[in-house]
Amino acid sequence: MEIDRPDGRSPNQLRPLACSHSVLHRAHGSATWAQGETKVLAAVYGPKAGTKKNENPEKASIEVIWKPNTGHVGQADREYEMILKKTLESICIRTIYPNTTTSVIVQVVHDDGALLPCAINAACAALVDAGIPLRHLAVAICCSVTDNNSIILDPSKKEEEKSKAFAYLVFPNTTVSVVPEKSSQVGNDPMAHGIITSVTHGAMSVDDYLHCLERGRATTQRLSEFLRKNIAPKSTREASKAG
Amino acid sequence: MSVPNAAATEDLSSEMEVDAFRRLFPLRYFERHLAESIRSDGRPLREARDTSIFLGAVASANGSALVKIGSTTMLTAIKMEVMIPSLESPDEGCLAIDFHMPPICSPIVRPGRPAEAEPVVSKQLSDTITSSGMIDLRELSLVGGKAAWMAYLDIYCLDADGSLFDAALLSAVAALSHLQIPAVAMNDDGKIVLMSDEDGQKQAKEQVNKEKRKLTLKSIPLSLTCILHKNYILADPTAEEESIVETHVTIILDTSGQLISLYKPGGPVLAYTSAIQDCVALTRQRVKELKSFLDKENSAMEVE
Repeated sequence: MEIDRPDGRSPNQLRPLACSHSVLHRAHGSATWAQGETKVLAAVYGPKAGTKKNENPEKASIEVIWKPNTGHVGQADREYEMILKKTLESICIRTIYPNTTTSVIVQVVHDDGALLPCAINAACAALVDAGIPLRHLAVAICCSVTDNNSIILDPSKKEEEKSKAFAYLVFPNTTVSVVPEKSSQVGNDPMAHGIITSVTHGAMSVDDYLHCLERGRATTQRLSEFLRKNIAPKSTREASKAG
Repeated sequence: MSVPNAAATEDLSSEMEVDAFRRLFPLRYFERHLAESIRSDGRPLREARDTSIFLGAVASANGSALVKIGSTTMLTAIKMEVMIPSLESPDEGCLAIDFHMPPICSPIVRPGRPAEAEPVVSKQLSDTITSSGMIDLRELSLVGGKAAWMAYLDIYCLDADGSLFDAALLSAVAALSHLQIPAVAMNDDGKIVLMSDEDGQKQAKEQVNKEKRKLTLKSIPLSLTCILHKNYILADPTAEEESIVETHVTIILDTSGQLISLYKPGGPVLAYTSAIQDCVALTRQRVKELKSFLDKENSAMEVE
């Protein structure tokens, strides 16, 4: 089935990915992530002593600050902040540094569709750059359902507006473990098939959603490899520079 | 008793008073219930709490509803005002949704500091109502380009005991089904005035909206929140359960079976396809149940 996309991509084709890390000097970890024209900058500070509001004697807390590229922080930004916070909380090993707060600041540089997935990927890369202990990596993807019920991946802003529904999905990156019994199987499903986060907009049938899941899963494999290739832990590259 | 640790807790739980055990080891208390396939309030795992809908709770509003799911209570009121439509959509009215969590609803909410959930739930509610296409905004138009209805839909949470979004959505939908658009007329100056009941018939003025009418609601979106813990799925959690388990899945389906939203913000438990299908099936059942409650209330209102 041929679908015409304005930029000539095939339905499963992602826009060119770009990722760079340690772009900010003062931050403990930072990264930019770009998918085509969409670009997000993320910085991580911490773990630092918990503020009164966030202090938790059992677990480290994570604070997300979302900065839109223009204008004031609106309801949509607050929603993204909350989703990002919960997603990052679920991938971090939070029992290691109780009573601390890790701040993740996300600055939108340019929004051309699939903004939240791009921000999640950027935040994940920044957390790795800062050396925050993570359970596994997370990769996010946007699947969009067009009017004739076909699914396209990683839509641009224009495609997002034209589509009848779209889903932001976040999947875990398969853990590479030296311990054999820690292999990433849960029951019959490999771990990478579970969803960490799912956010949808617009009405679609349940079957369309399940198709989105399948297509998203298949593609995250590529995203995972890209993410892994691009981020080496900072500690191995140079001694900590933040004081 | 092969695991010494388990044996120790077993002993502890029998020595301690139930309330103390519940407060000190909330997770263990919760899991011991799950093992017996029952929840601490006596419900089976996949059953929602008792739900009641009361339409017309606020007499001064154009449409209102009070909804209770267990002890979670939501009050919704809709107020209609005439406004000049925007240039981009001259034939459409407007719907503004606001969700409020006053300090009365929960000990977590402090006066002067708005709850974190407030803007998030507001945004989700307006997204849900727009993407389900429940309301045709053109129906809220009065005179093309000159006057249209602005509907202010305010939802107040009176008691926050879990599943806030489900209760908020149900009360918003119930209030919209109860909404009566008032009768208005245009006077000589081109202003829109409310028509009172007495002089409604002998109007020389141009009548814009001849009589009170209801909105036509196409398909109604309704939702169910589930929490996932290990392999268990629990429907309609209370605030206590929500605080113990961090993985929440909210599914919104409309009455024609379309998926409006599948919202899972993080959480330590990964959702596999089978769990999602189970949750969707539970939601389907719940939507049917809620729709019948709503229809019953609405037909009772018409008889009066």
